Amino acid sequence: METTKINPKNLSEKPLTMKDFKTDVHIDWCPGCGDFGITASVQQALAELKFAPWRVTMVSGVGCSSKTPHFIKTYGIHSLHGRTLAFALGAKMANPEIEVVAVGGDGDGYGIGAAHFVHAGRRNVDLAYIVYNNEVYGLTKGQASPTLKRGEKPKSLPLPNVMDGVNPLALALSSGYTFIARSYAFAGAHLKETIKRAILHRGMALVDVLQPCPTYNDLHTKEWFAQMVESHGQQKPRCFDIEKEGYDSRVKDASNEEEVLSKKKQAFEMAYYRGEQVPIGVFYQIDLPTYYDRIAVNAPILNQYTPVTLPTQDPSGKPTSNLSSALASYLV
Amino acid sequence: MKKTVNDLSWMIGGPQGTGVDSSATLFARACVTGGLWVFGKREYHSNIIGEHSYFQIRVSSKQVGSHLDPVHLLATFEDSTARIHAHEVVPDGALLYDPTVTHPENLNLPKGVLLVPLDYAEVLRQVAAETGESFSKLVIMKNTISVAASFALLDFDISVLEKGLAGIFTGRKAKLVPMNMAVAKKAYSFVKRDSIDKFPYRLEQIHGVPQRLVMTGTTAVAVGKLKAGCRFQTYYPITPASDESVYLEGLPEHGMLVMQCEDEISSVEQAIAASIMGVRASTSTSGPGFSLMAEGIGWAGMNEVPLVVFNYQRGGPATGLPTRHEQGELFFAIHFAHGEFPRIVIAPADHEEYFYDSFEAFNYADRYQTPVVVLTDKNIGNNTQSFLPFDESKLRIDRGRVATKEDMSRYSIDGMYKRFAFTEAGISPRTFPGMQDGIFWMTGDEHNELGNIDESAANRVPMHEKRMKKLEIAAREIPEKDQIRFYGDASADLTLMSWGSPKGAILDALPKLKKAGINANFLLVHLLWPFPAEAVTRILKKAKKIVDIEMNYSGQLASLVRRETGIQVHHKILKWNGRPISETEIVEGVLQVAKKNEAKVVLTAGM
Ligand code: SF4
Repeated sequence: METTKINPKNLSEKPLTMKDFKTDVHIDWCPGCGDFGITASVQQALAELKFAPWRVTMVSGVGCSSKTPHFIKTYGIHSLHGRTLAFALGAKMANPEIEVVAVGGDGDGYGIGAAHFVHAGRRNVDLAYIVYNNEVYGLTKGQASPTLKRGEKPKSLPLPNVMDGVNPLALALSSGYTFIARSYAFAGAHLKETIKRAILHRGMALVDVLQPCPTYNDLHTKEWFAQMVESHGQQKPRCFDIEKEGYDSRVKDASNEEEVLSKKKQAFEMAYYRGEQVPIGVFYQIDLPTYYDRIAVNAPILNQYTPVTLPTQDPSGKPTSNLSSALASYLV
Repeated sequence: MKKTVNDLSWMIGGPQGTGVDSSATLFARACVTGGLWVFGKREYHSNIIGEHSYFQIRVSSKQVGSHLDPVHLLATFEDSTARIHAHEVVPDGALLYDPTVTHPENLNLPKGVLLVPLDYAEVLRQVAAETGESFSKLVIMKNTISVAASFALLDFDISVLEKGLAGIFTGRKAKLVPMNMAVAKKAYSFVKRDSIDKFPYRLEQIHGVPQRLVMTGTTAVAVGKLKAGCRFQTYYPITPASDESVYLEGLPEHGMLVMQCEDEISSVEQAIAASIMGVRASTSTSGPGFSLMAEGIGWAGMNEVPLVVFNYQRGGPATGLPTRHEQGELFFAIHFAHGEFPRIVIAPADHEEYFYDSFEAFNYADRYQTPVVVLTDKNIGNNTQSFLPFDESKLRIDRGRVATKEDMSRYSIDGMYKRFAFTEAGISPRTFPGMQDGIFWMTGDEHNELGNIDESAANRVPMHEKRMKKLEIAAREIPEKDQIRFYGDASADLTLMSWGSPKGAILDALPKLKKAGINANFLLVHLLWPFPAEAVTRILKKAKKIVDIEMNYSGQLASLVRRETGIQVHHKILKWNGRPISETEIVEGVLQVAKKNEAKVVLTAGM
């Protein structure tokens, strides 16, 4: 089980369905785009978790997938290219009682936003980050994204890619993410459950979602993901759920260095899995104090209040912060 | 012998990391303890240990806001400072030096400078012998020796030094006071009566002066932010801005989250997001970091997010003079980032204004729901001044338009809320994530009232206009006393014009100019954007001769005045060598303009 952390304030009194999280904003994604599947899974996950829509804030960057917040009926911050996590982190730290879910593309998160991606891991802010990974920059007509492997040539590229691809799961592992998972845009229940687990995880959670871009990526299409492939002499589905095959991602005792190291090694190996099959599921998870917890150790007042609720003025607007102890050492 | 009393420029220098700053702090605090006023100028390299740094303290019987170029007493404890600064000592000044390392005959000292040798090691040896304390433990107290010997030469009462030490060594460190005093007394005894009599400068206690604050500009800003209720501060380490954030990190009891970010891009975005959630948020940086923040601040402008950004200007462009002073970013501050969006730019000009503007900037941000850039600089940021305690009694926090019940019923449909509603007043009431029926969207794209993307021409025209019009509202509402400040006699022969930190030197220079027969007044432009064209025009129309004074190469304020008012400024006093303008330079520069009608005077003082 994930560490549950649902704030009762965030639960809806009435039962919810996916429809409660839908807007009537026109969706302008290409037909067959994997983004549809991911968005539906997010909506379903939020409904099943029974979150009141106004207690959730979706944050995104810029790109095809970053339009997602407009299609989901929660507060939505469609920020700048690459800045998904910077915005999400600021929002969550300012009001840790709100459920903040970050979404964005692989170019946004692993390319222009890579610095934020790495440092979000170091902080372990309580966020779920869902990356729509399609190996191309869709909204600018299909250039190679940071996850496209060297030598690959989707139809949008004039020549094969000359850069190596980044491995997001391995990068997350070395950056300190405390929940690292992969799923697939049309994996339905698996994706929805993985998103739910990421949201429930108390700490920085990554769900890297493999997402077909039918317009520009003709290498890894919906059909490709649906293929049966050869594995150890048997025909198996392309995507296989590692946890169904006995993979245990969870660190039971975070203070046990040996266990942590062996779970990390296992996750790293799985992130570099070789073969025709694509492993999906949760690769690594550990419970560690969140960034907010760590800051509140030095500022216990933040256990009683959050930055948005700290009293700073009286009803007449008179500031209530007392500067006398701060000023004492400067008073001569 | 007639002595100059309580009007002094004292300098101490040495390799960075050897206690120059602590000597200067002790000297300044002790003077203030004695009822005097100080302005302290700190110059340092972009280096941690070893490069030359120096601190100049001006002491006066009245409040002062600038330094003087001449040095009356140069205190040294090693040789480099004497070599570098000897020529700055006035002919009737004095050099305090250690004869075991410095040989005055090798120095470029003006004739007449009084030589005051002081064998630091001998002072310490004698104290060690008398107290039984080990010599090596006493070495750290050589700062106290410099200050004590200076005070001895200035015939200043040693009791102020004891009070000064007690103010610095508090709590567990209080036990260091007696040993420092033993060292101080010994140093006093080393300065000969004959030298004291010959030295024409003296410090005298003034009794009955109320307590004052002695602090840097970054600290004044920090406490202003706390008072304003800012509880979310972000930064990426940069000189000189990060002093403010690091100071705030040390005050966790207020619950302010101080986030050290991976870069300035993250700093600004985190602050913006925090502000959207409802907390007052700010970030502080210097030139290079401010450049990186441009895109983010534009997004905040587009989404009507209140945001307060402090830019402590330093020498640019690029890395420029990272530890030195300049005012090169006026044009950048009013124009940075792509596209048009409303931004308010203010320039506080002294330590007290740093506090009050730090407070008020958040009110502007909330009231006009837009970014506020506070253009500060290294001169005030790093330098120290004594001033009367802040008057906190009149301060009021105004969070601007937050949705009322009425607004909710008017602008909310099916749980969603028109965050960007067109209203008669021109400003839309805010909701915050977590509020029922308050759901909105924000996007960098042009958007409709709910905040969803809308590129239609029919939406673009009124939505863009609604944002931009907030500048007109701000220009109307911000009182004139916060747009410009005017000092002196309206009918003066000369009108000096400036913005930001030259204020101190200009105000200090006005009475000196008067003595020299020049009657000048002074226009300080405080609100840089929206530009207070009306108020500036009214003053400048009456001016007989306008002199623009700025710490940059091109005279940016003069150009802006021409653009916004049509008034051409024919005289400029400019400085861009990275060292702040002194009172001395203002007096000389203005005299040149007044007497020789110079169009451009370039100032170059400072090492
Ligand atoms: S370009 Fe690709 S990622 Fe973008 S909407 Fe079309 S199919 Fe989806």
